[in-house]
Amino acid sequence: MKKLTALLLCGITAVSLLTGCGSDSNAGVNGEVYVYNWGEYIDPETLDMFEEETGIKVIYDEFDINENMYPKVEAGAVAYDVVCPSDYMIQKMIDNGLLQELNFDNMPNAKANIGAQYYEQAAAFDPGNKYCVPYCWGTVGILYNKTMVTEPVTSWSILWDEKYDDNILMQDSVRDAFMVALKAKGYSMNTMDKSQLEEVTNDLIAQKPLVQAYVLDQVRDKMIGGEAALGVIYSGEAIYTQRDNADLEYVIPEEGTNVWIDGWVVPKNAPNKENAEKFIDFMCRGDIALMNFEYITYSTPNTAAQALIEDEDIKNSKIAFPDLSQYENLETYRYLGEEGDELYNSLWKKVKG
Amino acid sequence: MSKKLLSAPYLFWSVMFILIPLGMVFYYGFTDKTGAFTLDNIIAITTAEHSKALWEALKLSFISTLICFLLAYPLALILSSRNVKQNSFLILIFILPMWMNFLLRTLAWQTLLEKTGVINSILKFLNLPTLNIINKPEAIVLGMVYNFLPFMVLPLYNVLVKIDKNVINAARDLGANSVQTFFKIIFPLSLPGVFSGITMVFVPALTTFVISNILGGSKILLIGNVIEQEFTQTGNWHLGSGLSIVLMVFIIINMVISALTDKDGEAQGL
Amino acid sequence: MIKTTAQKIYTFLIFVFLYAPIVTLMVLSFNASKTRAKWGGFSLKWYKNLFRNEAILQALWNTLAIAFLSALIATVIGTIACISINSMKKRNRAVIMGITNIPMLNAEIVTGISLMLLFISLGIKFGFTTILLSHITFNIPYVILSVMPRMKQLNPSTYEAALDLGASHTVAFFKVVFPDILPGILSGFLMAFTMSLDDFIITYFTKGPGVDTLSTKIYTEVRKGIKPEMYALSTIIFVSVLVLLLLSNYSPKDKKKV
Repeated sequence: MKKLTALLLCGITAVSLLTGCGSDSNAGVNGEVYVYNWGEYIDPETLDMFEEETGIKVIYDEFDINENMYPKVEAGAVAYDVVCPSDYMIQKMIDNGLLQELNFDNMPNAKANIGAQYYEQAAAFDPGNKYCVPYCWGTVGILYNKTMVTEPVTSWSILWDEKYDDNILMQDSVRDAFMVALKAKGYSMNTMDKSQLEEVTNDLIAQKPLVQAYVLDQVRDKMIGGEAALGVIYSGEAIYTQRDNADLEYVIPEEGTNVWIDGWVVPKNAPNKENAEKFIDFMCRGDIALMNFEYITYSTPNTAAQALIEDEDIKNSKIAFPDLSQYENLETYRYLGEEGDELYNSLWKKVKG
Repeated sequence: MSKKLLSAPYLFWSVMFILIPLGMVFYYGFTDKTGAFTLDNIIAITTAEHSKALWEALKLSFISTLICFLLAYPLALILSSRNVKQNSFLILIFILPMWMNFLLRTLAWQTLLEKTGVINSILKFLNLPTLNIINKPEAIVLGMVYNFLPFMVLPLYNVLVKIDKNVINAARDLGANSVQTFFKIIFPLSLPGVFSGITMVFVPALTTFVISNILGGSKILLIGNVIEQEFTQTGNWHLGSGLSIVLMVFIIINMVISALTDKDGEAQGL
Repeated sequence: MIKTTAQKIYTFLIFVFLYAPIVTLMVLSFNASKTRAKWGGFSLKWYKNLFRNEAILQALWNTLAIAFLSALIATVIGTIACISINSMKKRNRAVIMGITNIPMLNAEIVTGISLMLLFISLGIKFGFTTILLSHITFNIPYVILSVMPRMKQLNPSTYEAALDLGASHTVAFFKVVFPDILPGILSGFLMAFTMSLDDFIITYFTKGPGVDTLSTKIYTEVRKGIKPEMYALSTIIFVSVLVLLLLSNYSPKDKKKV
């Protein structure tokens, strides 16, 4: 035992020496910026470039769903400078006074490069475009495996088809799960109508035995591996999966879906607002936005980046840049107030329990 | 006496980082958002979703503990009958997997158990019926048994190896057969290890949220998942704390049982 | 004969069960495909990439630093505590040992949450320090529980004899007591180190931005698919520990042969 400990210690010291050089955590010469973003939602190279060009050190942290991010920012134990939530969550943060207004004069790229229609869309949850710079957008749809699903996929209702027992992957987040069920019935995904919600809660409970698993981004690996026939997925992930498995096809069901926007915002308690704006503006630079687009494959609202795309397949991709005018009943999530949150959460717990 | 002073750092540490934090859980558990006293967070366990999650957790952790015990006891017996030198090596072999991250190990089971996973590919190749337990309670039990088995083996081994061989020989000399020797001598003497092992498997199994997430496909909500979600997603710390207190009641019951069998007040396991 | 064969088969099967996932991970580290769902041929590229992946190396460094420091501090505090606990009256001792058992017997999730609540109310910035403090907290019991039995086996008169012969308390401790309890201290340290290394739940609740251990890094990656570099790193760690283990186990025997 003694000997083993001694040997272990030697090993540890060796490894420490090996990696020690990488642990140099001096603050950047121009301070730092705390960034809180979705998992794997940025090309890490762009962070290095930002640090190099500005001398600002990036302290980077990741979350997996909006609902996990909110309590952390609200608790304020960690003061982030830049966060990247989705539409309804941005609205919630504005409503609850967690965000501060941005100064677009400090962010010329954000002004010039982000397409006007995206700001227009964002105004629905950020009136006057004061708080948020759009970073990515997309749709939610069904990804299916052509070798396992031979019929045409057009409707959300296929997710209730018993033929696909144990072959369906559902999203493991409240709003997305309810969106699927509400849309399938032709209801609004922002409904507060109790009877509609009760009805689709029962639908979701009825669907549960057919569902193989409730997943977040695991849907990616599982669909690539052919584990399931159908999965609810974000458009950006769909492009990623098709690169690894050509049998996969993405559709937006005819009942409509969620068109979402994720955007950069600055929390009220951000200690480095100036750096935060520098960071946001850097991310809006055409070449940087292109790098991120190519890395994460989520649609970019950055017109400068769109112009730079060389790959024709991607440029004309119906998944990355769909013609939204041909779909009906597209909606964006709205924050439904504390009451709405509680209602949806309690119903979701019923489904999962 | 200066010896008393020596305990000061540890006493300070326990009060600061064990007792006060626990006190805070109790504070949150018994108050609502306005800070007023309430029992609602405790009573919340009786709602259908919560009591089901608790029941599922109790059921799965009970089954896992039982399987761990049944697998570990013969193994501990075998190991304790070997010579000493080889043993410390064998025991270390049980701790060794812990150097491969626990999440990765659990995730590897996903790769093994999936429909198109390693095990099923082998079974298909051999024309055998496939195994379909991923995202089902069986997979969670497997994950629990896998992760916590060493915690059952080690305490059992530690008590079994200490049993005086003369006692066993005496029993044999007095005409007891091996079954009698086992049930009259070995098993009763190993009880402290049994209880210590049960605690060390049952508690983490009862409270896990990771294994059920990774191997259960989030289809089965255990009480650990509910508490985790109250803290990280719903942001209702009061309810999360209240449910934690309920959970602690079960752990305390377990502690009392092992304290009664372990008169020195020290776990034999380690 | 049949009995020992059966015993061997049984032990072997349990080992297969314990090591199957580990072998799986090792195989995946050589998989050329980025996704774990597909075998894309044999490749060493993840091992090469690993040493260029700063995020993973940083997480490795954090993990080792926290494991080493928390085990060391816990060993010091725990060992000192044992000395005084041992000389306490039975009732006090029972109370202290009761408290000691709490972090071990309590649910990890509750320990993690309770520490999170504490740090928030104290206004401590979440980061390396909060993880370290938490790890020390759950490590101390492992040290105490492995040093205590050694302490009890000590013959108190040797210590008193040393004092009578003119040694100071400190000298008497290091010359007489320390060598006897050293094996307990070392195994306590090793246990603490391992527990810290493998912890996820408590770290998850007490970590701050930009400070990841391997566990928390892996957990965020679980959703998106683990980066294969992580398999490569785990394989390296595992194999080095295994080699150390084999060395420490077989070298004494070799000497005897010579």
